[in-house]
Amino acid sequence: MTETSSPPAGSEAPAYPMTRACPYQMPVGYEELRENGPLTKVTLYDGRQVWLVIGNEVGRALFPDPRLSSNVLHPGFPFLAPRIAAQTQQRAAPPLVGVDDPEHARQRRMVIPGFGIRRVSALRPEIERIANGLIDEMLDRGSPAELLSQYALPLPSAVICALLGVPYEDRGYFDERSRQVLSSSGEGAAERARKAFTEILVYLHELVAKKEKQPGDGLVDELIAHQLEEGSVDRDELALICSLLLVSGHETTSNMIALGTVTLLEHPEQLALLRQDDTLLPGAVEELMRFTSIGDVLMRVAAEDIEIAGQTIRAGDGVAMSTMLMNRDPHAWENPDTFDITRSAGRHVAFGYGIHQCIGQNLARAEMEIAFRTLFRRIPNLRVPVRSEELPLNAPYVLQGVAELPVEW
Amino acid sequence: MEISIATERCIGAAMCALTAPEVFTQDDDGVSRLLPGGAEGAHGTSVREAARACPVQAITLRGD
Repeated sequence: MTETSSPPAGSEAPAYPMTRACPYQMPVGYEELRENGPLTKVTLYDGRQVWLVIGNEVGRALFPDPRLSSNVLHPGFPFLAPRIAAQTQQRAAPPLVGVDDPEHARQRRMVIPGFGIRRVSALRPEIERIANGLIDEMLDRGSPAELLSQYALPLPSAVICALLGVPYEDRGYFDERSRQVLSSSGEGAAERARKAFTEILVYLHELVAKKEKQPGDGLVDELIAHQLEEGSVDRDELALICSLLLVSGHETTSNMIALGTVTLLEHPEQLALLRQDDTLLPGAVEELMRFTSIGDVLMRVAAEDIEIAGQTIRAGDGVAMSTMLMNRDPHAWENPDTFDITRSAGRHVAFGYGIHQCIGQNLARAEMEIAFRTLFRRIPNLRVPVRSEELPLNAPYVLQGVAELPVEW
Repeated sequence: MEISIATERCIGAAMCALTAPEVFTQDDDGVSRLLPGGAEGAHGTSVREAARACPVQAITLRGD
């Protein structure tokens, strides 16, 4: 590591997280943070100071470092908001995302066959069918429409249900609840999120019991056949892992479809390039991921001392990994704040990095490619009647996105 | 170029197969594998990029 950093801001560590003014741009205040070097300090809502990782190289060194723990039950684990702290207290750690190896590796090994590139490729025609069906319905109802509830959410919802083998007619049950788990804010949010997750968990428990008697065709069925019956997982853990996959498959991709649509519409010259040349689509999806960084911020706690970038992160220190600052690092990209679908955005960390890198990333890529291609082909004169700054935004400590997206054509 | 994959460390992110599809693939368990003959035809740049893209650094390269 050759990078050095200026000393941490000390007592002047600014309050964090910061609010976005525009749904796809950096929050106000990130510009100044970037000047503090690859690693600095910020202050959380409870007055606690934690490290903020800004630099792409430092972030990519820290993400895979086993001394940096994702264990939410670690006494020093930092939380971005009281809602998230309350949700995690006195509860089992969420599988996959909230545990370290070797437990994490055991759980991940169980489910990776369901998200492999071959499996995802085989799902593409089904994703296209779902996307076209939703556009048909939207066109039938006519302009104006609300894109989040009519397209951006039901698309990934139907896809993750198909992949898991959850009955299609039940999917409405999860759409609202998934949103509450990952993106609710304000008064009573923690309680709402907890209740919604419990309801999803109960549903999946019942689904597993049903599928044990009457097997179907999906990842849940495969897990029952290969893991549950062999005794490598019990019913509780199986239902918990499936709940996590179900919830994660909803809110992440739907926010990306909505924010990606806004970003493309506000950069008409980029959208025109994409319309001219279909082969630009995969690159455009990576650039949208980099540019909007909806998964900003990922929290960790240091399990041991770590020397990096001229600083010492002490055991027990909280670490906030800002995927957006890493994705807008001028040392990693030329003009990082410019949206350019022709650039090589491959080094972005929008899916995370290290052992926790998003398990559904190839599914998400396929969904986004198909969602944008279908949407702009079928409704070529689509527009958003308000400026992006006027759209209702999610709170800064949950997944970034818009609460609704009015569209016209 | 000699390419080795620490398959026990692989987390199935498929970054390698995405970055250098002429060299890497995934088996039915979602774990990274070298394509038969893939290493011989490997282009240095894309393989190096694939090794760098691996989130758990499971790919090791030796030689040119």
